[in-house]
Amino acid sequence: MTSLPEPQAIKLGLVIDLDICVGCHACVVNCKEWNTSGYGAPLADENAYGDAPSGSWLNRVHSYEVEDTASDMSRTVHFPKSCLHCEDAPCVTVCPTGASYKRAEDGIVLVNEDWCIGCGLCAWSCPYGAREMDPAEQVMKKCTLCVDRIYNENLPEEDRQPACVRTCPTNARHFGDLGDPNSEVSLLVAARGGMDLMPEQQTKPVNKYLPPRPRPSVEEQSASLVAMAEAAQPAGFWKWVDTTLDKLSGGQ
Amino acid sequence: MRPAFSIIFFTVMSGFGFGLAALVPLGLPLGLIAIDGLFATLLILGTILVFSGAGLLSSTFHLGHPERAWRALTQWRSSWLSREGVLAIITLDAVCAWFAYHYFVGAPPLWAGLIVAALSLFTIYCTAMIYASLRTVARWYHPLTPISYLAFGVASGLIGLAALSAMTGAVPPLLVVAASWSLVGAWTVKLIWWQVAGRDSHSTRESATGLGKIGKVQPLMPPHTSENYLQHEMGFQIGRKHARSLRIMALSFGGALPLVLLSALPFSATALAIALAATLVGLFFERWLFFAEAKHVVMNYYR
Repeated sequence: MTSLPEPQAIKLGLVIDLDICVGCHACVVNCKEWNTSGYGAPLADENAYGDAPSGSWLNRVHSYEVEDTASDMSRTVHFPKSCLHCEDAPCVTVCPTGASYKRAEDGIVLVNEDWCIGCGLCAWSCPYGAREMDPAEQVMKKCTLCVDRIYNENLPEEDRQPACVRTCPTNARHFGDLGDPNSEVSLLVAARGGMDLMPEQQTKPVNKYLPPRPRPSVEEQSASLVAMAEAAQPAGFWKWVDTTLDKLSGGQ
Repeated sequence: MRPAFSIIFFTVMSGFGFGLAALVPLGLPLGLIAIDGLFATLLILGTILVFSGAGLLSSTFHLGHPERAWRALTQWRSSWLSREGVLAIITLDAVCAWFAYHYFVGAPPLWAGLIVAALSLFTIYCTAMIYASLRTVARWYHPLTPISYLAFGVASGLIGLAALSAMTGAVPPLLVVAASWSLVGAWTVKLIWWQVAGRDSHSTRESATGLGKIGKVQPLMPPHTSENYLQHEMGFQIGRKHARSLRIMALSFGGALPLVLLSALPFSATALAIALAATLVGLFFERWLFFAEAKHVVMNYYR
């Protein structure tokens, strides 16, 4: 059924910290690794060793340069992007077959690949580019929030989180229940001013992005470095030179 | 957006087919068309079925799994694509029943004709709403989009009706006048749509990344080194590059040529058939631009 379920208490999702992400693409690679052998059809690659390799991936990292008007410095922001598991997911309601659905129990948006006819309309309806057609299977692939990890009692408890979160070497990715205002992820969102992407598209994303923290301006940063250098006390050889010259010049 | 040929063919052909299906049961009591005998019945019903059927069939060609297409009939509660499929089948059944009644029993009651016409027009509306319901494509997400689809369906249907009545009998002058004015009206809607649709897109690179509060955002490194599915489907450039010349082609074939033929040779079956063919060719250009010119918000992440 591709009507959306009534909003539920549990809203599982990701919180991505744009202040911390270093753009290493480890989440992208581990996502592909897990999901090519997990839920649904493998994530195919085409022409993998050729001039223009392509394939289906569920997570992509863009990198942007942002002109920071407050600090007068441009800054690099690495920007991982995957399905936001929206509350008002347009990809679910446009689906003519019922293959694209949102789970009532935890809000995860999934594709039933045995029903998908590969019409591509769900990818057209998604503002975030979270869905890619598999070039081999011709069914729509998307982030499953690693539904086959997070509830998997065969895995050690620390591994029961999405592959991208588990692998992130900088802890820029967090997984949890955004429907619970006291969960770690919800507290993080509240503390850091977590934001929705393209709220004007009215999709009500569950995933939140933590904006990069504000930075001091160039002048402030340089001034503090100069002050630090000037305040430094000499030591060792230069301390001996300093005290000797002081004595020679009459101890001023 | 990438203009898949099967989708252009589908929207133009089924638009004409269902436009004709709406007009025949309305035109009969108004005396705009006579359906006398087996030849006329088969010719008119056949035209409706061939065009709407070919359109529907071609729409399954771009699917990854056409063998599962029947599943697309299940989600009519939420999906315009599903509604379109369900209504097309119901409408074609109703059209066949209407023609059978007319051939075997006599003139069908007016309410039956009104139901067939309403079903046909609603089918065209559903086709348009598949695209007009996508907020991600600002140009399509406009109230004039379904009106434009309906107007072209009715205009091409009226020209088709004129051509068919010329083949089966005499063409009533009122029909030629109606066909001409409906074509003028449809192109007027389209010209307005070209000007106004898509103007109010609020999504930018800054809102897409949420980084607008810091400052202006520019792409630094792409997420992948060659084209992916998203760019293939939604980053199509060729239509926009040639938009001006394609619009002139659309207006010449779909507007000017049929209007000249309708005014110069309004009662010649050949001229009316050429006018219909020209209209459909023009609509191919118009529909190609409908897809090719449309910009998808996801490209904000790449540009």
